[in-house]
Amino acid sequence: MNVRQFNWPLWLGFLLVLIAVFSYPAVFVWSPVTRDFPWVNLLLFVVALVFVRKGIRRGFARDRKHPTVSKVITSIFAMLSLAFVALFLFGFFVFARWLPSSTNAPHVGQKVPEFALADSTGRQVSLNELLTAPIDGKAPKGALLVFYRGYW
Amino acid sequence: MRSIEQNLASFHQAGIRPVAISVDSPEVSRDLMQKAGYTFTFLSDPKAEVIRRYDLLHAGAGENGADIARPAEFLVDTTGTVRWINLTENYWIRARAEDILEKSRLLE
Repeated sequence: MNVRQFNWPLWLGFLLVLIAVFSYPAVFVWSPVTRDFPWVNLLLFVVALVFVRKGIRRGFARDRKHPTVSKVITSIFAMLSLAFVALFLFGFFVFARWLPSSTNAPHVGQKVPEFALADSTGRQVSLNELLTAPIDGKAPKGALLVFYRGYW
Repeated sequence: MRSIEQNLASFHQAGIRPVAISVDSPEVSRDLMQKAGYTFTFLSDPKAEVIRRYDLLHAGAGENGADIARPAEFLVDTTGTVRWINLTENYWIRARAEDILEKSRLLE
C-alpha cells in the first residue's frame, strides 16, 4: 500500500472517537474525578476531530488514486465520527439529565413514608420489617433504599 | 447495583440492609436477580404508588411510556429517618457502593 495514499489521520481520528465514547462507561465512570464531568473524553474528542479534519483534507485531495471512492469513504467516516461525538454529548449533557427534580422527596432528617411491597418471591415486605429484622443475627442499623429505573 | 452486590458483606457488617425498588413485577425482578446474581431484596411497586409517595416518579420514561422511578438512594436509620440521600442529576452517574459505605457512620 502506498503510504501517501493511506488516509491514516481519518482512521486514527475515527478510532479515537470510538475510544473516547467507550472509555467513559468502561473506565472513566469509575473515578469521581473523570465521572462527574467527562473531561478526558472531551479532550479525546478534540484530538480525534483534529485528525478527522486532517483526514478529510487528505481524502478530498486532488492526488487521490480513486478520488470518488476516497471522497465517499472519507465522508462516511467523518460523518460517523461526528455522529458519535454528538450522540455522546447529547447523551451525557441532555438525555441523562432528563430527570424529574423530585423536590418533595424525603430530605435528610425527615422520616420516609412507610410502605409494604412484594419481594421477588411475592412475599409482602414492610419498611418496618426491613428496619428491624436481624442481619446475620444482629439488629440492623438501617436500610439503603435504592430506587432504580427497572430492568427493560 | 452490581457494586452493592459485590460489597454486600460490607453492607451487612455495617448493619445496613440494601433494598432495590422499581416498578418491575416480582417475576421480572426474579429474572434480573438470577441473571445478574443479585441476592439482596428486590421490591416491586408496579403501580408506582410508593415511588410517587417518595416523589421519585419519572412519568412516561419507561418502555412504551410507562411511569418508572428515577434513580435515587436513601440511607435510612432504624427509626425510618433519612440520614443520607443521593438524587443524581445525571443517571449515567450513580453513587458507588464504596461511597455509600463511607456514609454508614451517619447511622451511629
